[in-house]
Amino acid sequence: MAASGCRGVRSILWKYGSYGKNLFVSRSKMVPQLPLRQIYVASSLWKKNLAAAGPQKFTQEFIDKQVEEFEVGKRHLANMMGEDPETFTQEDIDRSIAYLFPSGLFEKRARPVMKHPEEIFPKQTAIQWDAEGRPFHFLFYTGKQSYYSLLHDVYEKILAIERHQDKMRNKGLFTSDTKQILLTGSRWLLKEEIEENLVENISVQDYMRLIQLMELLLSMPYCSLEEEFILKFRKQLEVQSSKYEIPALQYDPQGVAFSVADGRRKSAKASITLRDSGSGNITINGRNYLHYFPVLQNREQLMFPLLFVGMMGRFDIEGSVEGSGHSAQAGALRLAISRALLSFVSEGEVEKMRQAGLLTADPRIRERKKPGQEGARKKFTWKKR
Amino acid sequence: MAAGVLTGVRQVLRGPRLVSAVFSCHGQTFSSAAAAPDTGETKILNFPLTQPDYFRLSELFTLKDLFEARVHLGHKKGCRHRLMEPYLFGSRLDTDIIDLEQTAEHLQRALNFTAHVAYRGGIILFVSRRRQFGHLIETTARECGEYAHTRYWKGGLLTNASIQYSPGVRLPDLILFFSTLNNVFQQHVGIRDAAKMNIPTVGIVDSNCNPSLITYPVPGNDDTPVAMEMYCRLFKMTINRAKDKRRQMELLKGISASV
Repeated sequence: MAASGCRGVRSILWKYGSYGKNLFVSRSKMVPQLPLRQIYVASSLWKKNLAAAGPQKFTQEFIDKQVEEFEVGKRHLANMMGEDPETFTQEDIDRSIAYLFPSGLFEKRARPVMKHPEEIFPKQTAIQWDAEGRPFHFLFYTGKQSYYSLLHDVYEKILAIERHQDKMRNKGLFTSDTKQILLTGSRWLLKEEIEENLVENISVQDYMRLIQLMELLLSMPYCSLEEEFILKFRKQLEVQSSKYEIPALQYDPQGVAFSVADGRRKSAKASITLRDSGSGNITINGRNYLHYFPVLQNREQLMFPLLFVGMMGRFDIEGSVEGSGHSAQAGALRLAISRALLSFVSEGEVEKMRQAGLLTADPRIRERKKPGQEGARKKFTWKKR
Repeated sequence: MAAGVLTGVRQVLRGPRLVSAVFSCHGQTFSSAAAAPDTGETKILNFPLTQPDYFRLSELFTLKDLFEARVHLGHKKGCRHRLMEPYLFGSRLDTDIIDLEQTAEHLQRALNFTAHVAYRGGIILFVSRRRQFGHLIETTARECGEYAHTRYWKGGLLTNASIQYSPGVRLPDLILFFSTLNNVFQQHVGIRDAAKMNIPTVGIVDSNCNPSLITYPVPGNDDTPVAMEMYCRLFKMTINRAKDKRRQMELLKGISASV
């Protein structure tokens, strides 16, 4: 009677999914001879909401097969391109694919790509319990095991530091001016980055709670004991000014240093040669700047970069500009002068120039006229009826 | 009165089928060694709760220990719950004093039940919503090899488990409440959910708590750190004892691990 009951139960499980079947089959293998007890349970427990909980999308075998195919494909690609399969890196793969499958699509993510399966298939959590059904992680039943275990660890470290403080106080060696962790130039990891690390979704309040706890950890005097742990949650910010391409400093036959740079504004294109001769003459399109720019504002625009770095009378400027109107041409020339100045100026000055806005290209262009309107914004007269 | 109800429950639980109903409602079957002769081990597997103290848990604590851990201190008279009146010894200067003799009895029964569940490889979940002791309880659970939940309790954790987790999840076989109230002085949702899912519960009920839905209530103080540390220690020792005994039995008699 018990055995038939067991078979009936097993058949229900067969219908409703592979997990139950696997669990059941393995257990019955372990205890083959012994009769099973009857289970009295509501049938609602056995019915699964198959729509809501899909099966694990990619099994580990599937991903392993994909990795194998990728490795083999990489070697084939290397042979095709005539390169050494052993030293074929990801950049080489990208280059080869772009060569073999040229695509004019604007969306970069729609273009053909060949990457390691780890980067393509999203990270998923494997089954989290063993053959007996006991979960591996002790906080499994909270729902967010990685996040709460992280909070648990952080709190543990706070307690450890407090105990250390008490020990130092007992010995009489407590000081507030201990080595502090350097936090300048880094920021806390964003919520998305932490979600990626934990492979779990967390809410905004959870994230803020985590940051609060980390700040609490940082506020303690002996926090340098856990420096390594804290720095795992901080991301270094790149220095913005290092991204600029400084034009090369060239020398003409007389030994005078000069640099060449370009600039654009609206549809004006300008090209500047900055010579380190020491007179302060400015020539644009063969004419003196006073003649070319009668308006004071435009001449001020030309002066501004040199005034800012304090090298007014040092340079000779020779420029050519075309297109657009006088104001746009002045703006283009200003950008070109600032870029040319980068090669004569120190690192700190470059950052200052960047913050002053001298190195930013003005992105504003003429807005197009729309049909049904007089101009870009102006509308025809509105008539009530 | 409460003691009488509980002995009645124990008599009901004596039958093997209903014992299995208590333990095995969560998609698992437990096989019994009924084919083997009725030796001491099979008796303990089939009729566990007839023997009052198989694991000798009464030597883990004395009445004096409970007193020194201030387990007898309840809340003020105004916070008293009507259903806790049978467990109270009286009140002194408006503070309710819990009857430690009853506490000792209840605690012994609760520890015995926990030990039997741990002996059979059941999943035990430690629950509490007191932030003061959350870390302590999580550490205790981790050291026993059991599970803890001292965080915000999401609605369908037990009742909607197949969707909240994965379809084949196994629910806890016993839930230990180290404090039955949540942070807004309402009863913890887990008590009602466990009752709905036929999961037995053990709960430390203070004088302002409702002991009705809890299978093995243990009247006692849940606010003092000394008392909580004592409870954690007792439950950890119980579970470790039961698991060690189980390992011993498996090595000696070769009972399979699936029971």
